[in-house]
Amino acid sequence: MHIIIRTEKCTGCGECESSCPFASIEIKEGKACINEYCNFCRTCLSICPEGAIVEIEDEGDTREAADLSSYKGVWTFAEQRQGKLASVALEILGEGRKLADERKTELSAVLFGASEREATELIGWGADKVYHVADPTLDHFNDEPYSQLLIKLVKQYKPEIVLAGATAIGRSFVPRVAGKLKTGLTADCTALEIDKDSGNLLQIRPAFGGNIMATILCPNYRPQIATVRPRVMKRGAYEPDRKGDIIKISADATTSRTKVLEVVQETSECMINLQDAEIIVSGGRGIGDPKGFGMLRELAGLLGGTVGASRAAVDEGWIPYRHQVGQTGKTVCPKIYIACGISGAVQHLVGMQSSDVIIAINKNPEAPIFNVATYGIVGDVNEIIPMMIKKLKEAKS
Amino acid sequence: MNCIVCIKQVPDTAEVRINPETNTLIREGVPSIINPYDLHAVEAALQIREKVGGKVTVITMGPPQAEEALRETVSMGVDVVKLISDRAFAGSDTWATSYTLSKAIEKLGYDIILCGKQAIDGDTAQVGPEVAEFLNIPHIAYVKKIEDVGASSIKVHRLMDDGYDVVESSVPVLLTVVKEINVPRLPSLKGKMAAKKAVIERMDSKSIGAEEENLGLKGSPTQVKNIFAPHAKTERKVLEGTLEQQIDALIEELRRMKCI
Repeated sequence: MHIIIRTEKCTGCGECESSCPFASIEIKEGKACINEYCNFCRTCLSICPEGAIVEIEDEGDTREAADLSSYKGVWTFAEQRQGKLASVALEILGEGRKLADERKTELSAVLFGASEREATELIGWGADKVYHVADPTLDHFNDEPYSQLLIKLVKQYKPEIVLAGATAIGRSFVPRVAGKLKTGLTADCTALEIDKDSGNLLQIRPAFGGNIMATILCPNYRPQIATVRPRVMKRGAYEPDRKGDIIKISADATTSRTKVLEVVQETSECMINLQDAEIIVSGGRGIGDPKGFGMLRELAGLLGGTVGASRAAVDEGWIPYRHQVGQTGKTVCPKIYIACGISGAVQHLVGMQSSDVIIAINKNPEAPIFNVATYGIVGDVNEIIPMMIKKLKEAKS
Repeated sequence: MNCIVCIKQVPDTAEVRINPETNTLIREGVPSIINPYDLHAVEAALQIREKVGGKVTVITMGPPQAEEALRETVSMGVDVVKLISDRAFAGSDTWATSYTLSKAIEKLGYDIILCGKQAIDGDTAQVGPEVAEFLNIPHIAYVKKIEDVGASSIKVHRLMDDGYDVVESSVPVLLTVVKEINVPRLPSLKGKMAAKKAVIERMDSKSIGAEEENLGLKGSPTQVKNIFAPHAKTERKVLEGTLEQQIDALIEELRRMKCI
């Protein structure tokens, strides 16, 4: 496929130049030219007022497709940390179940490390089969053995779809798997659907810091692999009596050139990690000083949530970087995000605007944070938060 | 120590807006910048050079205008820059990009490869680890601290979702770095002069010895089907009354959402 510009029709108006998400169109000598950044997203086709941009199929473009029909079943990578299943593992099982039912196929989970109890638990959460490598060397994450094992299993059992959580672990080792297998990998998906006509997986994900959404396809290679953003998909119902098969796999023949010397958990201050939190109470410059974060911690504690921060507060040194939400921090989507004294710079908004409910508290009624807020209170955080804490305590007692 | 840093020129996504009528990006006036995480990778490489000696090479795969980004890194003090540019690369997804970069890196020779944890336009974080797989070397993602660089091994702190790991790896190795690792230096005056004069060497699909079927759109397993604007949130509830009444109303909502 090619996208070309019919220069005889092009008036050099520049509409396409400014709307191209990849900066791949330039106006040169009054005509539009497409450069190497083109991702063939077709946005320009509908933008051009002259109809001067067209898509042409190359002859013989029908790639020799591998035998795609031999790939069957939906797999999820069941991430475990310290022997406990990560919540994203259950979320992608819930989503995987839907996809597998739609494709009328089996759902399997792949578990590295942990014990038979976790493998059984995965069946309760919807898996028909669990491929379990119960080797203690896999209890802690290491890229090379994890990718070698997943590559081996995919080659042997040929699933058509593989899902993993878009976590530090999933986003680190799954690219190696896709690289080795020569197949597509779509990062950090927020929605997955099956295309009714082709049966292909439609992988929907945000890009450009959440400013646009893209639908990605992997039509000619299998498996179709995606990492899925935590806290977006819903778990299924847990059925303790559900039946399924556990297939034991040996970890022999894996090698590693990296070694984990020490695992440091930093959970004292940040009891729940940001991306797993259902409720986040976040503070910005308006909090005023490090003590102000003590107040936010108390509020978060009362609500069973955790504390986040804007870049401004982190740069001031009021709270460590790992709490930072936004473009250069973490992207979060909790059920409730309470923004306290955060003005709402775009860099912050892109990291939290997909939260279910946003509550904004800010002195300045013009602050952009109110544009994305479900509820807004205009006022001084140092007056409002203590009052909320007091009332919540009363409500609880 | 021979360090190679992979950088990408990206639009400053914080400046990007959506045209609500056409559902497309408004790029007008949006500046191109070096992907912010990549600056930390360049800084990390310069610090390794200062500590153990060696050479820092910065490469980028992109159109001719990406030269500008390379010059900026020269002003920070890197030794060599290379532009990997060819029309055959058009439409590369992460697989084809990783393949292309790994071919170029093979030609250049390396001990440590550094990348930013992800680019802020695509946000995939996939190219670093995939390059390592193509080169058949280990990688460590989300590095927040380089503790020790030896001739044949390196010790780093890798950020995890619930803390960090201390990881040791053999060299050669590829690292992707997070913002916490350092503060990128500003260009020096001498650096700026050097940047002006710097000769930007080009590499193309032939000179890196790439197989055509693995390049660009042809070599990309994934395709962008379409691009659309995210749904705007419509549900807005206005709280009314005195501050105290507003807080009461808010707590009532929290109760309704079963948070209390």
